[in-house]
Amino acid sequence: MSDTYTPTGAAEQFIEHGEDIHDTKAPSGPIERRWEQRQFDAKLVNAANRRKIKIIVVGTGLAGASAAATLGEAGYHVTSFCYQDSPRRAHSIAAQGGINAAKNYRNDGDSVYRLFYDTVKGGDFRSRESNSYRLAQVSVNIIDQCVAQGVPFAREYGGLLDNRSFGGVQVSRTFYARGQTGQQLLIGAYQALERQVAAGTVEVHTRHEMLDLVMVDGKARGVIVRDMVTGEIESHTADAVVLASGGYGNVYFLSTNAMGCNVTATWRAHRRGAYFGNPCYTQIHPTCIPVSGDYQSKLTLMSESLRNDGRIWVPKKAGDDRHPRDIPEDERDYYLERIYPAFGNLVPRDIASRAAKYQCDDGKGVGPGGLGVYLDFADAIERMGRPAVEAKYGNLFDMYARITGEDPYTEPMRIYPAVHYVMGGLWVDYDLQSNLEGLFVTGEANFSDQGANRLGASALMQGLADGYFVLPTTIANYLAAGPFEPVPEDHPAVLEARQAVEERIQKLLAVDGNRTVDSYHKELGHIMWEYCGMERTEEGLTKAIGLIRELRDDFWKNVKVTGEAEELNQTLERAGRVVDFFELGELMCIDALNREESCGGHFRAESQTEDGEALRHDDRFAYVAAWEFGGEKPILHKEPLEYEYVEMKARSYK
Amino acid sequence: MAVSGLIMLGYLLVHMYGNLKFFEGKEFFDSYLEGLENIFYPYLPHGGALWILRVVLLVSLVAHVYCAVTLWRRNKVAAGYTGGKRYHSKQNRTGIQRSYASFTMRWGGVILLLFIIGHLAQMLPNWLAPGGASDSKYERVVNGFEIWWVVLLYTIGLVAVGFHLWHGFWSALTTLGQNRSSTRKDSVITIASWVLSVVIAGGFLIVPFAVFFFGAGS
Amino acid sequence: MKITVNVWRQKNADAKGEMVGYHLDDVSEDMSFLEMLDVLNEQLTLAGEEPVAFDHDCREGICGSCGVVINGIAHGPEVTTTCQLHMRSFKDGDVIDIEPWRAGAFPIVKDLVVDRGAFDRIIQAGGYISVNTGSAPEANNLPVPKEDADHAFAAATCIGCGACVAACPNGSAMLFTAAKVTHLGLLPQGQPERESRVASMVAQHDAEGFGSCTNIGECTAACPKGIPLDVISRLNRDLLGALAAGQA
Repeated sequence: MSDTYTPTGAAEQFIEHGEDIHDTKAPSGPIERRWEQRQFDAKLVNAANRRKIKIIVVGTGLAGASAAATLGEAGYHVTSFCYQDSPRRAHSIAAQGGINAAKNYRNDGDSVYRLFYDTVKGGDFRSRESNSYRLAQVSVNIIDQCVAQGVPFAREYGGLLDNRSFGGVQVSRTFYARGQTGQQLLIGAYQALERQVAAGTVEVHTRHEMLDLVMVDGKARGVIVRDMVTGEIESHTADAVVLASGGYGNVYFLSTNAMGCNVTATWRAHRRGAYFGNPCYTQIHPTCIPVSGDYQSKLTLMSESLRNDGRIWVPKKAGDDRHPRDIPEDERDYYLERIYPAFGNLVPRDIASRAAKYQCDDGKGVGPGGLGVYLDFADAIERMGRPAVEAKYGNLFDMYARITGEDPYTEPMRIYPAVHYVMGGLWVDYDLQSNLEGLFVTGEANFSDQGANRLGASALMQGLADGYFVLPTTIANYLAAGPFEPVPEDHPAVLEARQAVEERIQKLLAVDGNRTVDSYHKELGHIMWEYCGMERTEEGLTKAIGLIRELRDDFWKNVKVTGEAEELNQTLERAGRVVDFFELGELMCIDALNREESCGGHFRAESQTEDGEALRHDDRFAYVAAWEFGGEKPILHKEPLEYEYVEMKARSYK
Repeated sequence: MAVSGLIMLGYLLVHMYGNLKFFEGKEFFDSYLEGLENIFYPYLPHGGALWILRVVLLVSLVAHVYCAVTLWRRNKVAAGYTGGKRYHSKQNRTGIQRSYASFTMRWGGVILLLFIIGHLAQMLPNWLAPGGASDSKYERVVNGFEIWWVVLLYTIGLVAVGFHLWHGFWSALTTLGQNRSSTRKDSVITIASWVLSVVIAGGFLIVPFAVFFFGAGS
Repeated sequence: MKITVNVWRQKNADAKGEMVGYHLDDVSEDMSFLEMLDVLNEQLTLAGEEPVAFDHDCREGICGSCGVVINGIAHGPEVTTTCQLHMRSFKDGDVIDIEPWRAGAFPIVKDLVVDRGAFDRIIQAGGYISVNTGSAPEANNLPVPKEDADHAFAAATCIGCGACVAACPNGSAMLFTAAKVTHLGLLPQGQPERESRVASMVAQHDAEGFGSCTNIGECTAACPKGIPLDVISRLNRDLLGALAAGQA
């Protein structure tokens, strides 16, 4: 590693240190036997007791719906919440590409071990080996389960399942349902969930948003939710709480997340004591449709597969505003092909994203605001013929044309990176339990098995692995000691949490200032994108922390929240989420400032090789940063990462 | 609705075929109608087959109207009408692709019902006899269709039949599970319904038009 | 461009609603329709008025949250979801009428927001394959002809937005119900429950107060995902089969 590295410890002024975490509850022994061992060691709950045990599941995406359905099947009494009007609308539905599984149907040398290896390497050696291995093992069961549910995966003419290669790996292990894999998997999980609703084991509360966690005697025992239609604040208690509330990419305001995606459930749990793991790891996807104006509310992703045939370029001359077709070949810079001759346009997501940013920083960006690069299919159309391009990419081209009003067959598309997924989230152990007893976290909401970066087609795999297979086993181990003493509605802890929620709502309504909630959210997003986006620097992050604090203070003085608490009030909903985004944004910047290395989705400009590639510092940063809420200063707990099976190497794509 | 509708449609086809025998002349036509009384004689008494047919048709008609009224009521509630309106926008009142015929099913159906009653009153027992009563049905037809308003009423009634079948035949077969096309417009049944409705409405109109415009039968 | 929007405003489920007109002076044709509503809401908020409530989430045409009747047509003039409709489909000076889905089974919650819980209950009635987690056989033990898998997929792309109901002059949800019956009925995994599924889903559909299908075809024409009309015929065939088997 680089010998020019001199840590500055700039984050020290913002943080405190706590004890390291050494035990993640993963069994020892050979890695391929650890999950089996854990399943065997886990205590069981007898069927008669399950009926008496209540579990709350927050969120109905892949991780939440699959968990709620499976726990319902097992006979537990499950209460599920989602903010959407139906569990089927959770944002897992928007995943396009596919889901990985080590089935080796193609006989191309894939195996559980290879998927494990790819995941650890793809995560840039910032994930746990035991968890990644389990993920790879369970992946094969997911496909079986989904097929049995009737998920219409793509098939070959012989009637067997089709696979494709995805996300820069050398084997074909991705199962898919055209460009709508997430939708089909979620509908499968949703149907399983509704089946349990009909069976009476699961109660689903739609249009309910979790606003606080109830802790009783050090255990997570319930949640405070707001009925978004009536505005009523309700308290629900249970024997355990599962958070499957998704990622927080919307801290950037513009992202490919749904408008409602938020951090509130996990942030409120964090404020109640749950550690937040690696908040700064953000995945930025290179092929999104660029911003067209200030009114822009969200960004739309186009499948990465476009990079298989499209060529990415910018004009060689900065500020060249000629029509792309008028720019002659020798005045174009196909920069990815130039810098990375081996991988060309197919370099991993983080590298492609950052390269686009550098071109735009140099003034070579195209389109409104100079924030875009061309993705050109002219060569592909000439080589393959238009019908072949249409057959392969027609739906994506149509989507592009609908959004931009431009015809991608005749002029190059414009693309720009956008926030897409967060690898950070609540810290959990091998059992998916947070440091708070009885609080389990699954899917994108936890800090994830992915490490510092996530490979394509792995998010769906993780969500379903957690929900269908891992959590139902590990939560039983916890619940075997139950059912616990019921928590009455008027328990002091419940009343306190309830009151805190009500007070916060009243406080928001009482400001009655002159700025809209969205204008604050947009400004926060700008700060985050500018200083805690694709490239981070000590100077920028320090500045961002100050800016966020100022903005938050201003928010509490000048925000305007219309309407009342006791009604459907979408402004109030957004305001509550933005409040938590302010605090999260600050922690993200602190975490990024503390991590003085570049790894995966986190690139610190100070830590790069001579060629400008990411430079890890395994000697100092091979740990999970688990942050405890500390009021003024967050408290850092380090969980050291050890690699017994995969040798830590620098990624190279040249 | 589908089954009763198809039964009545089957009857209409036979009825139309019978009507065209008008052009064979008075004697043939009257004896043909006389002959209908003897279908399946002696296995059934005189007129037995016709009475069976009448009962089947009446049951079909009652069932059809009953279903229609039930649907009408139910669907009006289901469509969420408030204060007589569903959507307040005055734009695109005719929907995206719906056929004109689909708008006329209800009121067209009512017109049809009135027409059928009038038609029966004229043709069966000599009650109404515009243009003059006669024992010969052939003569009654000629007498009636020499009057302009009788022809006009028949035209209105038969156009209503055409519209009703245009949507009705398609709809009946779809309800019975026979549509294999992804849209309404592309369906083979849609084309078949269109042809069928033109043939039936046209086929029935030949006789009155022939009498009124070309003096057939006088 | 400048436009006028007439929006259905209704304070809550019990209140009486009305169309209210608003003017927008600076609408870009690159805005999505919902972004235009965002701009309207920012304008209303700053003027101290209550913003217009409308459902939306993914804004990329897949979650099925959004959906309003625009100028009398569900999801507006293009065949797509409301979030994927852009203002370039309109022109300067246009007056745009925006109303919620209207159906007896979709009560209005507020402004443009309706309650589509009936759809979930139709799925609860049988829109699934009864298989518990962990009991699934090896995936490739059950080959599915590609053609069937593709047809099942086409039906399974339904996003449950409810445009079919809003567009149907009868307020029928037959396209939604039939899409699920077709998706599961075409797959070998779905066969054991095929007859009971169609019977109970249709019974639930009727119990929710949706209207009856009279085969007008507006549902398919409005469907942003192009769910084909023949799924309804397929449902009817299955229903006849269920009747014959004494299941319905």
